[in-house]
Parts: sequence; structure tokens; C-alpha cells
Amino acid sequence: MAPVRVSLDVNGTTYEREVEPRLLLVHFLRDHLGLTGTHVGCDTSNCGACTVHLNGEAVKSCTVLAVQADGAQVTTIEGLGGPGDALHPVQEAFWEHHGLQCGYCTPGMIMAAADLLARNSDPSEAEVREALAGNLCRCTGYHNIVKAVMAAAKATGRAEAAPPPPPGDPTVPVTGVGA
Amino acid sequence: MIPAEFDYVAPETLDEAIRALADGGEDAKLLAGGHSLLPLMKLRLAAPALLVDLRRVPDLAGVRANGDIRIGAMTTHSALVRANAGLASVAAATIADQQVRNRGTIGGSLAHGDPASDLPAVVLAAEGTIVARGPGGEREIAAAEFFRDYLETTLAPDEIITEIRMPGTEGWSFGYEKFNRRREDWAMVAVCALVRIESGACADARIGLTHMGSTPLRATAAEAALRGQPLEAGAIAAAAEQAAEGTSPPADLNASADYKRHLARVLCRRALERAAG
Repeated sequence: MAPVRVSLDVNGTTYEREVEPRLLLVHFLRDHLGLTGTHVGCDTSNCGACTVHLNGEAVKSCTVLAVQADGAQVTTIEGLGGPGDALHPVQEAFWEHHGLQCGYCTPGMIMAAADLLARNSDPSEAEVREALAGNLCRCTGYHNIVKAVMAAAKATGRAEAAPPPPPGDPTVPVTGVGA
Repeated sequence: MIPAEFDYVAPETLDEAIRALADGGEDAKLLAGGHSLLPLMKLRLAAPALLVDLRRVPDLAGVRANGDIRIGAMTTHSALVRANAGLASVAAATIADQQVRNRGTIGGSLAHGDPASDLPAVVLAAEGTIVARGPGGEREIAAAEFFRDYLETTLAPDEIITEIRMPGTEGWSFGYEKFNRRREDWAMVAVCALVRIESGACADARIGLTHMGSTPLRATAAEAALRGQPLEAGAIAAAAEQAAEGTSPPADLNASADYKRHLARVLCRRALERAAG
């Protein structure tokens, strides 16, 4: 089957590669780019360990083909923090509030939480749990994970996040969605 | 899990996509968000020889509510939620989880034809239509004619869904109730209810059932029982008792057929109560 040339911006660096169409984004990140922070858990789009941001939205990279991400911007856990060793506020909060036990689900949890805070800078606990519904922690450490996300929201404050879309707008233009 | 090998194209126009699909024959499949198709391919339950990705085809995503509601086929569930377009948006918000909603599309969901998915019964109950383009041009298919059997629709293999249209819901109120064990699961059963209320009575009712058969269904007996009745607890409960009439829901690991019929009655009552306000 004919390989396909793709160009992806991953964590701010452009990578051009020839890939098999069936290559999953998660394997492209891990095996081709060596970015092993994104984990493969269930491989069936249930557990969320493979969550990355695709054009700014959280997706499960085990259910996205690398070719679907051609031309897109991808952020993985390695690219979430600031320059140098600076941690993202969600990473800081997971550390501070013991939001991880074995650590396997952690990259996905943090990417899903960062996606939530970009959309909603002041979530309720219910909204945090709702936003993390697609991420499973087999250590069942949910309590501290939720605590960490709530703390990160407080630490970041309202200023840094984008305002939510106006409710009830009947003609919301939608761009950059879909596959 | 790795899908079987396939060829891949991402055409830039709808006409090119239609041609690629026709040229690929019966082993070609369309790829929208991929959240129904790719899991099947990873499990090797589907092994298309060619994927025609719609991601570069312009103007397939977006929601317009101007009288009627028009939803582009490539509109993701997340975008549909954000558009705040009534019942469809409320139902879309219950689909799986945020990551899945960020990828899955309404067109993909309808084309997949899974009776356990949320949006098919919503489009059916709303008496919506599915707009499809093929080599012979465009046609509009009533939702009632669209869903043929489990994972089967009347869409031709070389047709592409471009838009979903639903009548405006001014004067209608709605309720959506779904039962599953985990947030990410498909509905064990779900019920959507649209009710037009005039002077406290039900002038019209449209009730859709999810996962109560091999296709999405209308609860016609419950609808008939409610029309003309005052929208109060007694009439709602009596109508909801009819919600499973004429259905033969598939039993599965989660629920027997009897239990699903029970769920349909309970969820119908709750959806109607919500619609009644």
C-alpha cells in the first residue's frame, strides 16, 4: 500500500515523514518521533492514556491516523510546559496534590485537564469529572486528580483562559473541525 | 491493534471524493472523524482497501439555525454541542467523552447506522432529512427512509452525506434521557421526546427510541396516546407505558429485552416530564 507523505507540527517542530496510511498517530509520536510520554493503554479509545491535543482539542491518538493529522498542530505531554523545565500549571498541581499513583494515566489526564481549562477556566468539580470521563485511572486515584485540576484552575485564574462561546448563538460558525 | 493495510486519499473537493469513492468500488470507505470506523478496522472487523478522507473537503462542517436547522455532515459532536441547537445538541453532549466528541461527526454517526448511537433517533424523531451527493447529483432522504437495518442505511455506496436538516423547533420543547453504565458506553436505551404544547395540552408529540431495535424507532403508540392530552403527570405516565409497544429490542450482555422495554417506559416518562417543563 502506497506510503503517504505527511507534515506535522509536533510541539512546535515540523516533522515531514513518509508513513503507512494505517499508522496510528500514537505510534507515529512514540515510535517515529520517540515521544514516549503519550501512552497506549486500552488501544480501544476508552482509557484516554493516549490523549494529545490536535489543533488545540483533546483527542485519543490511538483512534486517529497519522495521515489524518497531516498539516495539523499536535501537542503532547512533552510540549505542554513552558521553555526549559517549566511545568504547565496542571503538571505543577498534579505534583503538588499527588494527582498520580502509578503514573500510567497521568499524561492523558493532564492533557484532558489542560483542554478543559483552556475552554473553561473556572470549572466546578462536576465539570472536571465530566471532562475527565474519557480518562481511566486503574489506581482509582480520581479524588486527588480532580483536586489537582481544581487547584490548577485556581492557580491559572480566569485571565489566562479563552472566554467560552456565547450561549444560544444560533449561527455559530464552525471551522477546523472534523477529520 | 493495527488496522489491515489500505490505501488512503484525501481529496480537496466533494466531486473528487465522490469519484474516488466510485473508483474504489465496494472496498472503499469514507472517513469522517473515524470514531466508528477506525475502532472496527483496528479490531479487523472492517478492512476497506481504500479510505477516502473528507477532512480537506470544504464547507462540510457548521451549524446554521435559521428557521430550520442545518448541520454539515462533518460537524463534530463538540461543535454541535457548542452550537446550542436544541435536542440534537443536548443529545450530542451525552456522546461518549470529550475526546470522542472532538472527533466524531454527525454525518459519520448517521452513515454508520448504529441503532445504539444517540443522533440517529434524534434525527428520526425530529423528522429530519439527510442530504446526500453522488455521481447522479443530490438527493434528500427522509430519516424515516434512511435507516434500513443494523449498521445498514439506504445511502448508496458512492453517495456522501453533506448535510442533515431538521425542521425548526419553535413552539416545541424536548427532553433527552439516556441510560448506560459508564459515561463512555453506548446507550443501553435512550429516549428523545419532542412535544408541541398548546394551552397546556399536547398538540403533537414525536418520540424517538435508541437501541430498541435494529434501527432507531419512533414510539408511535406513546405519541398517539399523548396527542390531545393535558401535559400532566397522569397523561404522561399513561403515554410512557406505551413506549415499548411493537418493539423487539436486542438483548445483550447489559440488558435483557424485557429490561430494555422497562427502560424505554421509564426513560420515556422522564423525557416527557422534562419536555413538559
